[in-house]
Amino acid sequence: MSTPDKLINFAKRPKIAVHKFSSCDGCQLALINDAVSLLELATMVDIVHFAEAGPLDEFAEVDLAIIEGSVNTHHDVHRIEMVRAKAKYVLSVGACALTGGIQALRNFTDEKELRHWQHDVYPEETEVIIEGDLATAKPISAYVKVDFELPGCPINTGQILRAIRQILFGVEPEKNVDPVCTTCKHAGVTCVMVAKNEPCLGPVVADGCDAICPKLGRGCYGCYGPAKYANMDAMIAKLKEMGLSDEQIKHKFHHINSQAITFHGVVARTISQ
Amino acid sequence: MNVENRTTKIEVPILARVEGEGALDLEITAGKITKCELRIYEPPRYFEKFLEGREPNEVIDAVARICGICPLAYQAGFSNAYEAAFGVELTPWIHDMRLLMFLGEWIESHYLHTHLLAAPDFLNYRSGIEMAKDYPNEVLRGVRLQHLGNEILKLLGGRSVHPNGMKVGGFYRAPREEEVAVLIPKLEAALKDAKDVVEWFSQLPFPDAEVPFKMVSLRHPTEYPVFATEVITSDGETFNINDYDEHFREFHARQSTALHSTTIAGEPILFGPLSRINLNFDRLPPHIQEMANATGIKWPSRNMFHSIIARSIEGYWAIERALEICRNYTYTDKPALEYTPKAANAWGAVEAPRGIQIDHVQLDERGYATAIRISAPTSQNLPCIEANLRSSLETFGLDKPDDELRLHAEMVIRNYDPCISCSAHFLTLNITRQ
Repeated sequence: MSTPDKLINFAKRPKIAVHKFSSCDGCQLALINDAVSLLELATMVDIVHFAEAGPLDEFAEVDLAIIEGSVNTHHDVHRIEMVRAKAKYVLSVGACALTGGIQALRNFTDEKELRHWQHDVYPEETEVIIEGDLATAKPISAYVKVDFELPGCPINTGQILRAIRQILFGVEPEKNVDPVCTTCKHAGVTCVMVAKNEPCLGPVVADGCDAICPKLGRGCYGCYGPAKYANMDAMIAKLKEMGLSDEQIKHKFHHINSQAITFHGVVARTISQ
Repeated sequence: MNVENRTTKIEVPILARVEGEGALDLEITAGKITKCELRIYEPPRYFEKFLEGREPNEVIDAVARICGICPLAYQAGFSNAYEAAFGVELTPWIHDMRLLMFLGEWIESHYLHTHLLAAPDFLNYRSGIEMAKDYPNEVLRGVRLQHLGNEILKLLGGRSVHPNGMKVGGFYRAPREEEVAVLIPKLEAALKDAKDVVEWFSQLPFPDAEVPFKMVSLRHPTEYPVFATEVITSDGETFNINDYDEHFREFHARQSTALHSTTIAGEPILFGPLSRINLNFDRLPPHIQEMANATGIKWPSRNMFHSIIARSIEGYWAIERALEICRNYTYTDKPALEYTPKAANAWGAVEAPRGIQIDHVQLDERGYATAIRISAPTSQNLPCIEANLRSSLETFGLDKPDDELRLHAEMVIRNYDPCISCSAHFLTLNITRQ
């Protein structure tokens, strides 16, 4: 189905829900932190569920469900299925919803080690945790069909308002295909890797943050996940040439977006474990 | 049916207008509360475990992800711990910038909480969005102040949620003088707004809610506490944060995926703005003390609902202090200090917007973490919230209709500004204190 057709019957005054799964709530703040825009948005759409902002109607029929967070518990598997069944379109936002997020670092443990973690963190009544917890933190798309995705840890206000605006106009939200380097070049930011020998993931990480880290004089650490045309082998060779150990390189990619296939697969293939 | 003998179950399956996922189970039998459990069902996230083996600045970037509303509290708490571990003495410039950035988080968090999460309860609205229809100027004023906090965070961290500017030993970059100067007129204008907010909140109807709990805060040698190493309590105790475990105990309660804290003897302890203002009133400048007294509240106050006023007074203080730092700002080309990593154990503490955030790191000779402990203010307050719910619902009247009881219970909880997405607390106590 072509993109214009996909959203052709989208309601003129849609019902929108914002759902939270396992996360820090930071992507919701892209809406709450800019309350002026949120109030304006509320004049264009009906926000029927958004627990942190107030409205509660968890399983209402909606035109658009915005999902933050990853799926970590049995209960949340059921919940995301219910949300999907009641939503015409699903928009996943942020690293947790798209790749499992930072808590997906648990996916590198085995069952025995995870059990150990559970006992270490919750020693007194671990059954509650053990019974509810899944062995993995996975993206929303691992459980239900997702229509649109916005990357970022966190996403930013301009990004989500633009995406909602585009959907209201019947247009699929655009995807950023460029790496962070593009913004650095456009903004005239001196390359931290060239000038300061700072390890920077900018060449393989998707733009969208406006190159915050290089502008602060530090290397990118990958909040927006892999760029579309990432040359991972060249990136890893460069980091090795700069003197980083295999462990340090592995940690750089096993961070905010560790489950993104580009990062996960290449690290498994090229770094000795 | 005789009201005295009825059993009522009140469930709040999702707590609205709090950060993270929680629920409340309340049972009333024969006119008495027989069950009052705040259930935190936010999934465990295991930060303490997966950060083992990571280098210091990776941990600083990672811990921001514990909480979207107060990411800097974790970054600052861990920076303090690493700097204590490595023996780094911050320069006055770095100290001032850390304080400025953290005041940005106080301003952002306080005005977000008071205006969008808490105030609607006092004025009988279901949300800030709904309240804005009748109180457009007041809500917009709060939002303006919240934005100013975000702008300060952005100046030093590039963005307000999960800022990227701070590292162990200082900052990645020093702002230019003209970047800081643009904040000055905004902060000046904000002083009037902040003062008006204090006056507005002092007119709110305050339910009775006397809290008997021991109050706890950090204590700074000369000013209102943000970063400090001394802890004081309303019982007159004073101790260093390094001795925290000798005074408080963190444990796991069955109903919750967040940890709870009490004194060693098992009494609830109250952290946060009401504790801070009560215990540090003398550290507020005289004209702010006057402003606080002009609200008609007799300080120290034990009415938990006065927290909203405490937050607004702290907001005013934070804006004034931030203004002072900006007016005295000079650029430096040395925004961070070098340090030599080494094996160590260290504590770091800050007054997060909701109360003391205390972190502990155990490091190997490379400075990589071998064990991490994170104690967030909300988990320390959970036993207080439950005890406060019991007493304030009894004062409110258990014979009131269920809907009114439910709303009042939610109001009590939201008043604390619980931040429960953190669900990430490592308990070493059982192991280390044997």
